Amino acid sequence: MNEGGAVFEYLLRLGDDRLILGHRLSEWCGHGPVLEEDIALANVALDLIGQATHVLRLAGQVEGEGRDEDALAYFRDAIDYRNINLVELPNGDFGRTIVRQFLFDAWSVLLLDGLQRAAHTELAGIAAKAHKEARYHVRHSGEWVIRLGDGTEESHRRVQTALDELWPYTGELFAADEVDRLLAGSIAPEPAALAPAWREVVSDVVRRATLTLPADGYMHSGGRQGRHTEHLGHLLAEMQILARSHPGAKW
Amino acid sequence: MSRAGAEAEALFEVLRGIPDPEVPALDIVELGIVRRVELRPDGAVAVEVTPTYSGCPAMRMIEQEIVAALRANGYDRVELRTVYSPAWTTDWLSDSAKAKLKAYGIAPPDPAVVEQALVPLMSSMRRAACPYCGSSNTERKSEFGSTACKAIHYCHHCHQPFEEFKAI
Repeated sequence: MNEGGAVFEYLLRLGDDRLILGHRLSEWCGHGPVLEEDIALANVALDLIGQATHVLRLAGQVEGEGRDEDALAYFRDAIDYRNINLVELPNGDFGRTIVRQFLFDAWSVLLLDGLQRAAHTELAGIAAKAHKEARYHVRHSGEWVIRLGDGTEESHRRVQTALDELWPYTGELFAADEVDRLLAGSIAPEPAALAPAWREVVSDVVRRATLTLPADGYMHSGGRQGRHTEHLGHLLAEMQILARSHPGAKW
Repeated sequence: MSRAGAEAEALFEVLRGIPDPEVPALDIVELGIVRRVELRPDGAVAVEVTPTYSGCPAMRMIEQEIVAALRANGYDRVELRTVYSPAWTTDWLSDSAKAKLKAYGIAPPDPAVVEQALVPLMSSMRRAACPYCGSSNTERKSEFGSTACKAIHYCHHCHQPFEEFKAI
């Protein structure tokens, strides 16, 4: 793989994480536990899908095969998606959605901070904007983890269960392969270098939430290479059906 | 003013006639969405815009309105380009733009500061001044409001919910 190919792959990963998580969060629209939270989750979803739009547009330009952000979003199958498995998992209850969001946000804010100072001018610009958004995303999800963890017996039990079940999906945040090694230090931060700061933020919130940090054990992998859970195909079926039924439709 | 400067100023004037679709109290120039306008020697107008938020749903509409407004003023060829750097910040809003927001019932943004803690204590969060009565006895209800750029607060003094243009 040459560097151009690695940049394309990297942008797909960055875009797909945000597109899939944004789509998952959008499922809460109209179903939030309270009106303000319904609006909040829809807003975060909108930010993430917006970030994905900019990143995938850039990916299409880097690839140079004439694919725009819509072609990349709607006309790739699950095996061609490069998101981590964490973001494609079903929402579960509100607590589970929030725990997943916090684990992602705390990582995303660190990653985007690294990217905004990296050498790729256009990506750095997109990351600088997205970083401002990730700052209030992590504040929102972190506050909720604390509130639910340090809440009632029921809410505590639910978010602890979610944390335990989602933990094995966090290994993918810091795993590196050939793509990362080609870009590390120039365009993208080295994945493992983000782990200590992420752990610090997560541990701090988990402690304040009176929750218990799970032990590291088996970690799922494969999303970056297109090996996904069964859930991604179902998500894509819903997300892509309109564009695939009426390709090129204008209204 | 140079001729090119005068031309750019005339183009900016046209674009100042376009209100932001979501916050119509402000136009798209004072909001900082239009970054650069230039009349090219070949007669085309080059416009650089930057999104306020990544997912701002009004962006496409704003682009269409820019093209339409320039056409209506005799500029048939418009080249739009989206730029990301430097990232949009509410610090670009002038004092007069902030005054317009307040008069419109939206608390204007404070200077954008990056807090150290990623998840700070909620009690340490700054209180927005109520745009109706000026009281700072207010409470943030949600960082997310009717649009991406606004947060929801409640004023305990005059008992009014109000929106704040988030500092970012």
